[in-house]
Amino acid sequence: MALNKPYLDVPGTTIFDAEQSRKGYHLNQFCMSLMKAENRARFKADERKYLDEWPMSEDQKQAVLARDLNRCIALGGNIYFLAKIGATDGRSFQQMAGSMTGMSEEEYRNMMISGGRSAEGNRYVGEDGDAQAHRQPQGAAGRKG
Amino acid sequence: MARITASVYTSHVPAIGAAIDQGKTAEPYWVPLFKGYEYSKQWMQENKPDVIFLVYNDHATAFSLELIPTFAIGTAAEFQVADEGYGPRPVPKVIGHPELASHIAQSVIQDDFDLTIVNKMDVDHGLTVPLSLMCGQPQAWPCPVIPFAVNVVQYPVPSGRRCFMLGQAIRRAIESYDEPLKVQIWGTGGMSHQLQGPRAGLINAEWDNKFLDRLIAEPAALSQVPHIEYVREAGSEGIELVMWLIARGAMADIAGGKPPVLKHRFFHVPASNTAVGHLILENTQ
Repeated sequence: MALNKPYLDVPGTTIFDAEQSRKGYHLNQFCMSLMKAENRARFKADERKYLDEWPMSEDQKQAVLARDLNRCIALGGNIYFLAKIGATDGRSFQQMAGSMTGMSEEEYRNMMISGGRSAEGNRYVGEDGDAQAHRQPQGAAGRKG
Repeated sequence: MARITASVYTSHVPAIGAAIDQGKTAEPYWVPLFKGYEYSKQWMQENKPDVIFLVYNDHATAFSLELIPTFAIGTAAEFQVADEGYGPRPVPKVIGHPELASHIAQSVIQDDFDLTIVNKMDVDHGLTVPLSLMCGQPQAWPCPVIPFAVNVVQYPVPSGRRCFMLGQAIRRAIESYDEPLKVQIWGTGGMSHQLQGPRAGLINAEWDNKFLDRLIAEPAALSQVPHIEYVREAGSEGIELVMWLIARGAMADIAGGKPPVLKHRFFHVPASNTAVGHLILENTQ
């Protein structure tokens, strides 16, 4: 019998379950290695070379090089692990979270100061809230063109 | 015999720790947040426990994907403050209480909760930020702390119901310890927040406040709320709130005693990406 996964219809959200964890094992363990200062230095000196020491997929490596956190998460990454890349880059958690919305840092910060993103329209896929797929990217980036 | 005197509930946002460590607490962004903890620091000085049993979660710091314990109790004599990638927080190391922690481990496992026993573990902001909020910036923390780490990183995390029952087992364990220690139990994490994907930044103040109401008044019913409601209403990381049910389950009224006294309640949005909630509940003698 299949596992019950009631969380697959939450828009803009990937739940890090056992299946994602299996997919992302080496990606997340690479992130974990950045907890050591010497590894951070080696990664920064030659990112591609450092990544090639890990049995990650090419897609995962490209997502890391591009700092595309949404893609990293789709490929099994977990935000608490991916945060180690952000720390290596000297970025705050708010900058990292904001980068996944398409909003600029200022737009995201202002949204939080104004009370954060509303749950209205963002509970189920198919509603019309700002986290829904058809409304990406958000902020000024989504208004261009 | 040892007894639980009070429970404390608070969010443990890392940016709060950074604001304290970097002397930014007087900045306009942070003033309202720290104002909400002024009473708590005073209360803490007047109600110093002998031990704090601190329920928190590790954020891919001590536990990578190599090992993912659902419930882990720290039985070591001391715990170092972790380097989470920005250097360790400049806060005192955490002194444990190996005797009480080992006693609780044995009792709770015999009570059908399969804890992982940890004798070496660095502790991250999940544990140190609540200590900073409640104790300020002392040279040493006011008492020994037993770290109790809950997996909320890889789904499924333990259910609210399971956490609430575990709190009851922890209470039985503490009350069967011979030494007359005053123990506080803290539940940390939350409130609503989501750190990932296009839905990052989700805050649900209405749901959070209802959670606080129900945690005080009808915790048994609250413990029945399924995971999916936390995710949908309070964001993927809002699920940390199940940890508050461990602390609440350890209070006297759950075992037939008197209802606790609400000493303090505070709610504020935002701290970085997160809604901050805080309660102090005291058991009456």
